[in-house]
Amino acid sequence: MKFRNILIGFVAVSALAMGGASAAKVKIGVVLPYSGGAAQFGEQIDRGMNLFIKLHKAAFGGHEIELIKRDSKRPGGDIAKNAVQELITREKVDLLTGFVFSPNAMASAPLITQGKVPMVIMNAGTAWIPKLSPYIVRVSFTMWHAGYPMGGYAMNKLGCKTAVIGYTNYPPGKDSRNAFTTGFEKAGGKVLEAIPMGGPRQVPDFTPFFQRVKNAKPDCFYIFVPAGNHAVAVVKTYANLGMKTAGIRLIGPGDITQDTKLQSMPKEAEGMITVHHYSADYKTPVNIAFVKAWKTAYGADTTPDFMGVAGYDGMAAIAHAITVQNGAVTAEGTMKALKGWSYDSPRGKITIDPETRDIIQDSNVHKVVYKDGRMMIEVIDTIPQVKDPCKAHAIGKCK
Amino acid sequence: MEQIARAAISILFDGVAYGMLLFIMSVGLSITMGLMGFVNLAHGAFAMAGGYILVGLMAGPGVPFVAALVLAAVIVAVLSIPFERYLYRRLYQADELDHVLLSIGLAFMATAAITFIHGPSTVSVTVPDYLNGQIDLGFGLFPAYRSFTIAVGALLILGLWYGFEGTIIGAKIRAAVDNRRMAESIGINVDRLFVIAFALGSGLAALGGGLAIEIIGMEPTFALTYLVFFLIVVAVGGLGSIRGAFVAALLLGLIDTAGKYLWPDGGAFFIYAVTVAILLIKPLGLFGRA
Repeated sequence: MKFRNILIGFVAVSALAMGGASAAKVKIGVVLPYSGGAAQFGEQIDRGMNLFIKLHKAAFGGHEIELIKRDSKRPGGDIAKNAVQELITREKVDLLTGFVFSPNAMASAPLITQGKVPMVIMNAGTAWIPKLSPYIVRVSFTMWHAGYPMGGYAMNKLGCKTAVIGYTNYPPGKDSRNAFTTGFEKAGGKVLEAIPMGGPRQVPDFTPFFQRVKNAKPDCFYIFVPAGNHAVAVVKTYANLGMKTAGIRLIGPGDITQDTKLQSMPKEAEGMITVHHYSADYKTPVNIAFVKAWKTAYGADTTPDFMGVAGYDGMAAIAHAITVQNGAVTAEGTMKALKGWSYDSPRGKITIDPETRDIIQDSNVHKVVYKDGRMMIEVIDTIPQVKDPCKAHAIGKCK
Repeated sequence: MEQIARAAISILFDGVAYGMLLFIMSVGLSITMGLMGFVNLAHGAFAMAGGYILVGLMAGPGVPFVAALVLAAVIVAVLSIPFERYLYRRLYQADELDHVLLSIGLAFMATAAITFIHGPSTVSVTVPDYLNGQIDLGFGLFPAYRSFTIAVGALLILGLWYGFEGTIIGAKIRAAVDNRRMAESIGINVDRLFVIAFALGSGLAALGGGLAIEIIGMEPTFALTYLVFFLIVVAVGGLGSIRGAFVAALLLGLIDTAGKYLWPDGGAFFIYAVTVAILLIKPLGLFGRA
């Protein structure tokens, strides 16, 4: 045993010696919800990051990374901001990453501008977040990647002339509402009503809101909720109120058909149409290998979802930035390395738009089908390489 | 007109279902607080335990839903007895701050323990087919699960009413709530009543926790997130009054549902506004006695 350890140590040292460069240690602050109701998201992203580190040691160019993890607990922004301040001033991190909830990224933005520490956002999808600091890069998505194309698709392909929107009442919810409204009205549809349905922290009883929608009888019911437990409750309530038989179509971004939650959904989920950029059921070779590695690492009954893949891709981005700068990372150097960075992700090709520092990726139309004894996602349409429509059209706060 | 009628029926039905759920989960707290004068902030933890045991029973040995619901309640009732014997008992003579510290500590420990065992994610149950979707109640289609919840709540209120009004044990409990010293001096074993009442309260909480999974979900923070609602029900209803807890739970369920339906932007505002208003007018709650 001892002998083996020495051997491994020797191999590592000689590998570095051959590389010729001295190994630097890069400190990365990770801000994720590790406790509370949102801890399942933190776990997904954490697993995605670790899987990349495990599978692609070489991608870091022989340099060492140290992850300093802080618990952001809830979506309020306050705890995350404290954590970011501590990570910048005391731990002196070179990079920050994580950030599930938009308010947490928003609250931390002024600090990273002042401290000049780049932030690689792995989830937080409110479109205008990168506007808040020149040091923000996003590898996940914006609400407009799904909401805007969904609007056009609902009108043109699903034949919905009227829609009601239900959204969780916080920044990404409002952003998703605006995205869908813009796309849907542009296509000629009519939004009857937009209903705020409680906050992100706690899953509300959706029944009163849904009853209201059922009685309003729209063709489509577009919903944004912050994935996870909210998503299951949405589909269950939809099923229990008989809204499907009443002829109301449930649509939304892929948050409501999250891979990790799909199997806990009632059979009424079948046929649901969502727009999203990732599902574990994608049949590309890169994704099949990714899902296989995930299941080997974390168990056969686990599955990655869009958050896990963002953790994985985010770490790929960080590895790229470290390697390009040969371990001597600076804020300017990191931003330069990440602008225009392109990667063959499990979700398909992704690129960081050098202008907006936001991601460019395919938006796929997902359909929930029941096959081989389980619910799964089938891609029925693709809108290739979407640049965030909010910034492209300079709408509202994206100007 | 038809629109308004439909809205009214929706609100009434969902409000009653939600109210019943609140009642089942909080009535135990009302009993223990009224009878023992013990501020048990860990009440939600017993409800949560019921929920997780239900999930375990269904996933492990494959016990059917309704049987698991009853079994979980019985298990939690039995498991709560040692807590009463060895922890709560020591603090009966202590002041309320000590009660609060002990029981909130237990609630935190329960949250941590469940997170450790089950992980932080929400758990869900697969309810049998006859509780899914809609059922025809003769005057319209209604969500089956909520109809079931209302039925369970109605059965419970009848059972509790009979238990408290029609049996000797019930009479003894009422006597002990009204005047503990007098009850003891005529030979009622109040100590034993405490055990029974505590186990009953915890068991009912567990039943409510099990029923709640399908409606409001179940996660390790459940013990604390819903504590607020339990306390509201108890405060508005009046300590120790089953009738009070029932009326308060229904009232709050209806107001919350109506508020969300008619004015979604108002959010959860109504339930608190009404609580404040009622307590301003009746500080001891609707059926509370000084």
